[in-house]
Amino acid sequence: MSQSNDLIPPRPAPQSANGILGRIQALAAQGPSHLILSVISYAAMAAMIWLILRWAISPTWTAGSLAECREILQGQHGKACWGVINERWSQLLIGFYPKAEFWRPALAFVLLGLAIFAMLRVNARAMERKLAVIPFVLTPYLLWGGPIWSWVVLFGAACLLLVMNKLLRSTNAKADFAIRIAFIGAAVWLAMNISDALPPSLKDLGLEPVKSREFGGFLLSFLIGLSAILFSLPMGVALALGRTSKLPLLRVVSTGFIEFIRGVPLITLLFIASTLLNIFLPPGTNFDIIVRVIIMVTLFASAYIAEIVRGALAAVPKGQTEGAASLGLNYWQTQRLIILPQALKISIPGIVSTFIAVFKDTTLVSIIGLLDPLGLANNIRADSAWTGIVWEIYGFAALIFFIFCFAMSQYSMWLERQLQTGHR
Amino acid sequence: MKHAVQQTPDTAIQITGLNKWYGAYHALRDINLTVRRGEKIVICGPSGSGKSTMIRCINALEEHQEGQITVDGTVLSSDLKNIDTVRSEVGMCFQHFNLFPHLTILENCTLAPIWVRKIPQAEAEATAMHYLEKVKIPDQAHKYPGQLSGGQQQRVAIARSLCMKPRIMLFDEPTSALDPEMIKEVLDTMVALANDGMTMLCVTHEMGFARQVADRVIFMDQGQIVEENTPEPFFESPKNDRTKLFLSQLLGH
Ligand SMILES: Nc1ncnc2c1ncn2[C@@H]1O[C@H](COP(=O)(O)OP(=O)(O)OP(=O)(O)O)[C@@H](O)[C@H]1O
Ligand SMILES: [Mg+2]
Repeated sequence: MSQSNDLIPPRPAPQSANGILGRIQALAAQGPSHLILSVISYAAMAAMIWLILRWAISPTWTAGSLAECREILQGQHGKACWGVINERWSQLLIGFYPKAEFWRPALAFVLLGLAIFAMLRVNARAMERKLAVIPFVLTPYLLWGGPIWSWVVLFGAACLLLVMNKLLRSTNAKADFAIRIAFIGAAVWLAMNISDALPPSLKDLGLEPVKSREFGGFLLSFLIGLSAILFSLPMGVALALGRTSKLPLLRVVSTGFIEFIRGVPLITLLFIASTLLNIFLPPGTNFDIIVRVIIMVTLFASAYIAEIVRGALAAVPKGQTEGAASLGLNYWQTQRLIILPQALKISIPGIVSTFIAVFKDTTLVSIIGLLDPLGLANNIRADSAWTGIVWEIYGFAALIFFIFCFAMSQYSMWLERQLQTGHR
Repeated sequence: MKHAVQQTPDTAIQITGLNKWYGAYHALRDINLTVRRGEKIVICGPSGSGKSTMIRCINALEEHQEGQITVDGTVLSSDLKNIDTVRSEVGMCFQHFNLFPHLTILENCTLAPIWVRKIPQAEAEATAMHYLEKVKIPDQAHKYPGQLSGGQQQRVAIARSLCMKPRIMLFDEPTSALDPEMIKEVLDTMVALANDGMTMLCVTHEMGFARQVADRVIFMDQGQIVEENTPEPFFESPKNDRTKLFLSQLLGH
């Protein structure tokens, strides 16, 4: 009688299950072929790391040219020449963006980093999400600069719009919408014309303007990649909803768009952006090249995201739509509150893969003459001081790309775990 | 738009000359049915006889091609606004619950009141807790549907519908996906609801439930209403041969 009431005290796990020794024992228990394979792969890994370290550890940080590197190394072969990174790292980061203005992209990306961090948390408060919008609005101004007034107007209008969201909530939805559109229209008009109304002394107040042609390096990759990621998600979702819609016209347009974009290589779209687009635009318009590229990359990514989301929409059981409908939710409420949250959760791995691919594909802009890290690498290698350098520059670029792509992939896995709500 | 139809104020649902086709397949044939307020109707019949199709027509989850359905004085039309209005007045429970797996139990219950009825969140939550207590699972409010047993999930589904304060409840085989020991808890909930005076249309093969609460039992076969009677005579002395066959198979084992 006493036995059945006593709890069994916890015991430590058997030794063999823990530690290196345990693993080796477990491996050995699987038979000699496992053991041999493991030893070979560990040895290969060790050899690889050793080779990389032997190449990378090289006292050439201060060298001013490839010749100086050779001098320092005194005939040692197979060693890196780090002088090129020391001399050109800022160029690889921001291109020909004025050195004195370096703080601007730096500040922009720190703020963006904080904002993204705040938004990506699952349980971010509504207030944090709203504040996180500010860096996204601020970044274009920080990067391009110019007279401040138009931006002040737009920024102020955006803030007012947020306040209006609160105030207008309960009243008539159509009137709300009309008021907002009118308000945005007025703000844009004011932004375009405000400089004419100002005295000349105030007119040019603001950050020094920087031209798009001066942008380069990872600044360019991030700018294009991040914008494309940001805009392609809503656009992809809209296209997916369009393609699954009951309205024939919407369905045909969405399907046609998706299939066209997916059938064309990104590089073709980029050529269209850099050359062909001018033919369609009225003569004399100066449509920023970076904005054009962002539009094209966004279109490209959104077609892929649309297909991923469409697959996920189909994977949400039909009962969910019926459950929502039976409660009186309309089409948009059903999509927004019930179907999309579930579909997007399913499509996280696919969407993040697309984001990673898009971020890496931004290197294609070097072909239309923009100086992204790869474009710059060609530039640097054309410099007589550094002719013959390959691994250091590309390795540096690869490392930075890897860090960010790996972070995205880790984030997606973390997010999937966070959104786990028990098995169905 | 409300059309005047010949019906007394205490008519909850009126179906006249309802016909429905799935492609070429004639799924519902000349259905006529009038349900009074507070009436409890049990619908039974063999698989594929059109029971689900009929009650899904009532809240327009299925479109019908012929006939007229009037729900609570509103004639169902193809106008989306009209459909959403009817749906918000008519609760429905499904065989597979159809709870929203990404929302907690409480959020499942407050979603429609907040977004459709525009009720403040605090008030919606109070109402939700009230109904969760009624179905005896207030302590599960902050869990997700995936963490509940089937019987608990179905009771949440009932509570979720009730939070919209519907005037009519539709049930489509609410217990047929459940293990035997969970069927009772769901049926008890439904009996309590019936005793509160709710108008109920219930597709079920739980004959004990039918005897206990039904005012009328309807037998369907091949898209038609074949027999219709109060429970006593329906079970004791069915008139139609197909009803007899169906009942003998149902009660046989
Ligand atoms: N979406 C659909 N498309 C085509 N045919 C359908 C569809 N839904 C139902 N049917 C057909 O309509 C008939 C009636 O189906 P319904 O689901 O109403 O039957 P039921 O009486 O509810 O059967 P059960 O007891 O198996 O649930 C069946 O023959 C079925 O095959
Ligand atoms: Mg059915």
